[in-house]
Amino acid sequence: MPSALINVPKKARRGDVIEIKTLMSHIMETGYRHTASGDVVPRDIITSFTCRFNGTEVFRADLYPAIAANPFITFFTTVTESGKFEFEWIGDKGFSETAQASITVE
Amino acid sequence: MANSNHTTRRTVLGLAGGAAALVIVRPADATPAMLQAAIRNVVGEANVRAGKVKLDIPPLVENGNTVPMTVSVTSPMTADEYVKSIHVFNEKNPQPNIGNFYLGPRAGRAQISTRIRLADSQKVTAIARLSDDTFWSATADVVVTLAACTEEAI
Repeated sequence: MPSALINVPKKARRGDVIEIKTLMSHIMETGYRHTASGDVVPRDIITSFTCRFNGTEVFRADLYPAIAANPFITFFTTVTESGKFEFEWIGDKGFSETAQASITVE
Repeated sequence: MANSNHTTRRTVLGLAGGAAALVIVRPADATPAMLQAAIRNVVGEANVRAGKVKLDIPPLVENGNTVPMTVSVTSPMTADEYVKSIHVFNEKNPQPNIGNFYLGPRAGRAQISTRIRLADSQKVTAIARLSDDTFWSATADVVVTLAACTEEAI
């Protein structure tokens, strides 16, 4: 079962730059490995990660097979108001997962 | 005759590609054509200068399956002057791209971290695109003891 780990501070002051850490469980099969019988193991990776804050995109990443299994991505953003971060991972074989985190800005 | 024409054309193209690569990326190490093509795909004809970008990656890693990497860019991150995107490339994996990361002025700090795979000891290059569409880069050498991608799946 896919599961996400999100680390967003619960509170921040207006204008603070906060760090967001995300981890999504995923095999990230490269498509370059072979089974013992010589068959290629088909590629199965997350290709896109997006973070939106109150509906506005604040961070996006294109991922390739060179990203390690269970993609761990950290980045920064400035918070100006209370609201909700939405995270979305999209990948091969119809993979699509979302997660949310709220922050209170004082 | 046809065969010799073909060879000539290929040779000329190869030389042209090599020359363009030398102009675009400094320091001009002998890096594979695929890497140069991937970088050109992102930067176009723009000049990539060394500097402003800091690539934090261990110089010696035991396990190429998961290598921590942090890229940070010196930038005030204001509405007028910010980092648009960070692109990370490698030299010897089957594919030259590692990841593209799109930021904006509200990122506040131009820094991203992730964990990557390295199939061999090689160079890793990070290129940042700033708001004025200039490109800056940093390159690091990584020695990998246990390579990723090569093991058989069970």
